[in-house]
Amino acid sequence: MTKPGRTLLKVQGLTKRFGGLVAVNNMTFDVHEHEVLGLIGPNGSGKTTTMNMISGAFQPSGGSITMNGQRLSGLAAHQVARLGVGRTFQLVRILPGLSLIDNVVAGAAFGYRKRWGAEAESFARGLLQRIGLGDHMHLPVGSLTYIDQKRLELARALAGEPEVLLLDEWLAGLNPTELQEGIDLIAELRREGRTIILVEHVMDAIRSLCDRCVVMNSGAKIAEGTPRDVLSDPEVIRAYLGDA
Amino acid sequence: MTGNGWKEIGFGAGLVVLAAFVPLVSDGYWLSIAVTAMMYIALATAWTLFSGPTHYVSLATGAFFGIGGYLVATGMSDFDISFWVMAAVAPLVSVVLAALVGAATLRLSGIYFVIFTLGLAEMIRGLVSWVQNNFLGSRGLYVLTDLTEAHIYWMLLAIAAVVYLIGWLIERSRLGFAMKIIGNDEGVAKHLGINTAAAKVALFMITGYFTALVGVVIAPRYSYIEPNLVFSPELSFLVVIMALLGGTQRLWGPIVGVIPFTLIWETISVSFPNATTLYLGLSFLLIVYFIPNGFVGLVEKLVKRRQG
Repeated sequence: MTKPGRTLLKVQGLTKRFGGLVAVNNMTFDVHEHEVLGLIGPNGSGKTTTMNMISGAFQPSGGSITMNGQRLSGLAAHQVARLGVGRTFQLVRILPGLSLIDNVVAGAAFGYRKRWGAEAESFARGLLQRIGLGDHMHLPVGSLTYIDQKRLELARALAGEPEVLLLDEWLAGLNPTELQEGIDLIAELRREGRTIILVEHVMDAIRSLCDRCVVMNSGAKIAEGTPRDVLSDPEVIRAYLGDA
Repeated sequence: MTGNGWKEIGFGAGLVVLAAFVPLVSDGYWLSIAVTAMMYIALATAWTLFSGPTHYVSLATGAFFGIGGYLVATGMSDFDISFWVMAAVAPLVSVVLAALVGAATLRLSGIYFVIFTLGLAEMIRGLVSWVQNNFLGSRGLYVLTDLTEAHIYWMLLAIAAVVYLIGWLIERSRLGFAMKIIGNDEGVAKHLGINTAAAKVALFMITGYFTALVGVVIAPRYSYIEPNLVFSPELSFLVVIMALLGGTQRLWGPIVGVIPFTLIWETISVSFPNATTLYLGLSFLLIVYFIPNGFVGLVEKLVKRRQG
């Protein structure tokens, strides 16, 4: 694994209000280059909302997000994507009317590092091989199993070679065998030195994959540190399990 | 470039050449039907350019078409401007309108867009009638040219061919690919780096341009133009029906839909002139219910079955 490097993404005082509800409250954290950062916390704690603000799906009510000194907050989703933020979705969203290859080319054609035509296709083929879909390349997208759909979505996100990859509960809904395959796949991305923010509930995955964790509860950060440290933090345990 | 793409273009070019001979072998009734069919081919192909990949059902055909026809008429009748100058200007006005409508509505989801485009055509019709009655005098507008039915037919054929060629090029471009992704999942498209609003407006403007151009070219056929004739909601619906009958997943779909429907429509208009709207609605229902993917869908299903 590559050593975590300089600060790539900076989140400062990030806040999101939906009417009177404060979904994310004054979140501040850094993401370093080549680091896998786990964003964890109980359901409804604001993790996905935070991810949605980073990717530009939601505009923050306050605070800022910068990447390499470039401000991301306030930009539209397509601009954020072009600056090098790739993502998958909590509920898998593949493009059902496109072939497998075109699903991946879609990620390459408009993203951060643009590829088009024959170059994009061979790049997509390579990604599909690596992600474990090499044998399914000519199947209709609709016939893919759930994990294969998730793989495809991941390949699409990787196709733009993003600086930061956002994985929103990418491991959710997988059976035990698939889960192990999924964890191995992300571990491989980690070895390649990619920068990843991971929203996850699967504790095994958090322990084995994350260099650092940020724990959220009720929209605010309650802990930050190595997975070992934060998962033994009394306040984190209280947030997950309630008062003993 | 795949061999298939070139084959498609070669086939298309052959059809255009064949179609160009129609005025030489027919006249009167059949030529007039051919002109109508060619008008709808151009309109439905232009419609499919935008609505096919995005699945946004546009009822703005009447508005764009009307701008073309009406501006030519008013330019020639009221200001003594030549047909050709107006033919150059009117489609550009339509492009500006498409850009404005697009910027205002394409951020909205499908159903709002449908209603807005229908309302737009009606609003322009009302506005134009009002301006004409109050300020320009309510006399008729005449489009008198030396153009014959055959000339009109050939111009429409040229427009249809150009629209098809542009669509063919777009399909193979990043813009076309972006439109396909938008039609699949607009949210995903944004996160892949596609400026969805700009892509949709760009295509809508192309549709607006050629729809107005058809309105311009067909105007000499009517000779006498009034707003209710050219800003017709019926036209908007007819184009949608024809495109759906052919199938909107392929650019050639509408062409296959237009020819039978023009003949059916001709029969209906002649036999039941007072009940056309009824039959229009009825055919809409039948097509959507029985062949939701149009002839293209039927053909592709049969081919698949044979292969499978």
